[in-house]
Amino acid sequence: MKPVNQKAWLLILPVVLCVAFSAILPLMTVVNYSVQDIISPERRVFVGTEWFKAVMRDEDLQGALFRQVGFSLAVLAVEIPLGIALALAMPAQGWKSSAVLVTVAISLLIPWNVVGTIWQIYGRTDIGLLGATLAKLGIDYNYTGNATDAWLTVLVMDVWHWTPLVALLCFAGLRAIPDAYYQAASIDGASKLAVFRYIQLPKLRGVLVIAVLLRFMDSFMIYTEPFVLTGGGPGNATTFLSQYLTQKAVGQFDLGPAAAFSLIYFLIILALSFVLYNWMQRVGTADKNAEAGHG
Amino acid sequence: MARIDLDLAHSYKPNPQADGDYALLPLKMTFDDGGAYALLGPSGCGKTTMLNIISGLVAPSHGTVSFDGKAVNTLTPQQRNIAQVFQFPVIYDTMTVAENLAFPLKNRGVAPDRIKQRVGKIAEMLELSGQLDTRAAGLSADAKQKISLGRGLVREDVSAVLFDEPLTVIDPHLKWQLRRKLKQIHHELKLTLVYVTHDQVEALTFADQVVVMTRGRAVQVGSASDLFERPQHMFVGHFIGSPGMNFLPAALLPGAPAGAKTLGVRPEYVTLAEANAAGALPATVKQVQDIGTYWLLTAHLADGSAVRARLRPEAAVPAAGDGVWLGLAGTHTCFYGENEELVAGGPSAGPLPSRPAIPLGDRPAYSTGEGQT
Repeated sequence: MKPVNQKAWLLILPVVLCVAFSAILPLMTVVNYSVQDIISPERRVFVGTEWFKAVMRDEDLQGALFRQVGFSLAVLAVEIPLGIALALAMPAQGWKSSAVLVTVAISLLIPWNVVGTIWQIYGRTDIGLLGATLAKLGIDYNYTGNATDAWLTVLVMDVWHWTPLVALLCFAGLRAIPDAYYQAASIDGASKLAVFRYIQLPKLRGVLVIAVLLRFMDSFMIYTEPFVLTGGGPGNATTFLSQYLTQKAVGQFDLGPAAAFSLIYFLIILALSFVLYNWMQRVGTADKNAEAGHG
Repeated sequence: MARIDLDLAHSYKPNPQADGDYALLPLKMTFDDGGAYALLGPSGCGKTTMLNIISGLVAPSHGTVSFDGKAVNTLTPQQRNIAQVFQFPVIYDTMTVAENLAFPLKNRGVAPDRIKQRVGKIAEMLELSGQLDTRAAGLSADAKQKISLGRGLVREDVSAVLFDEPLTVIDPHLKWQLRRKLKQIHHELKLTLVYVTHDQVEALTFADQVVVMTRGRAVQVGSASDLFERPQHMFVGHFIGSPGMNFLPAALLPGAPAGAKTLGVRPEYVTLAEANAAGALPATVKQVQDIGTYWLLTAHLADGSAVRARLRPEAAVPAAGDGVWLGLAGTHTCFYGENEELVAGGPSAGPLPSRPAIPLGDRPAYSTGEGQT
């Protein structure tokens, strides 16, 4: 029989302590709140899964969730194709390439709340360039009053802010394709479209998975920009999940439902990350095997 | 199908001055329709540049490329109707093997029935029939390279098929098999094939005509026996053969022709001679190696130059340290001039046969430098 030695537990103790202090205990606090009704700091009542049931039935929350999913899908539908198109159009080398790279990356350097402020002013019909131009053209545009306008403005703002990230990732992916592929395609008489469809797109698969993952998770957690631009309005047209959560927890001080909702939000993100991560891993290893095949 | 004529020079630098700036020095060359050619030379000698100029991936900086007498300098590879196979396999990952093979035909709008027929035929030739519906991405490197070869051969109307060291990534035992396949395909399809390699065995077994290149120059064009028996340039003598030609100062032996500076004799033609025999010199044996089918003898002449000789296994072999007489002059002895080019000698002795296809001394007007020696 093998001797049993439990000393290893001692060695992982520091890690356990750190993780507990930084992640597990804070999360447990939220779990703790989610099963209690906190009437005042001294008075609290255990309510079991009541808050979870209430939150799941909450129509405002369902609305926010649908808006959120719709928004994230719209972000992906616009930013991914646009980013690929941008990357294809960018010059591949020389000073032009560097100049374009820097220009494209500028919007990535602007903090979230500043982006919100920029667009808040940009979209105003009295002093904003975009708003005033649209008004001059006779388009009735008002992001503070019209729900569609507000929603579209938030979407365009996100596209403006984050498409460069997708473009830069794709640009890097395109540069990694060996010249021989383009030469072979030219020998085979492939059209530009065929080169894109059969060489560039398949070779971009890896970076595109990363781009989709990043943009999906980021847009799913969007908070600052719509908060600065519209405050979630008009009505709740631009109230996304994280803003709804903040309203509940900080605005109304409904700690119980907010905690229950936090956990559900967390589980949604965890589940989606899990799915996307596994997908990414599979694509990654498939690529690796293919590369190994090259010898 | 076309006869390809090159009359050009190429430099990757914008304003070439010295010979060293050129990837290809001025040359004239003709590839006859239906011939099997090999471009042979060490890395960096310009053979891939020449291939890319023929296919149209690179435009020559000086001179013209013509197909059947028509200049094609500005035409794309597609317009020239060239097929090219690269050193590393290029396959379209998302397609099956059959779709990969059909791709060049599909792009040219060939009828589906015809495509199917051609793909079937090529797949059979390359022994890919069983894998036609497999996705190409998961296959081994040599299967992938077979697909690349197949894409080059699938069009029957091509002007020429160019191979850029296509067997580099292939296992040695499959190399032989694939090379034999290519030869067989050449016999069946009568295509013009140009094959780039740095492996002399590959070049000599594949091609009818071998172009030996070094430092941007094509120094000799000829059959395997031409290259072996009458190397037109010392580089050819040194590069072809295993081991390469022995080179000695011509003055060591009496009777060297006028202008000869160096004497060249292949180890195969060095013999053990009687003392004081005509055309023989005394030497001291330094080393004798058993190479299996022959003995490789290394000896030093009185002036210190080393001579290697291949001796038949049944020969009585001297031991290291022995004094011997080596027969160096004979019908197979070649003489080279100041510029390392052949001035006399070789088995068909007497006047030199026709000059190599590239008149090295006869530079076109755009030549900017003197020949390298």
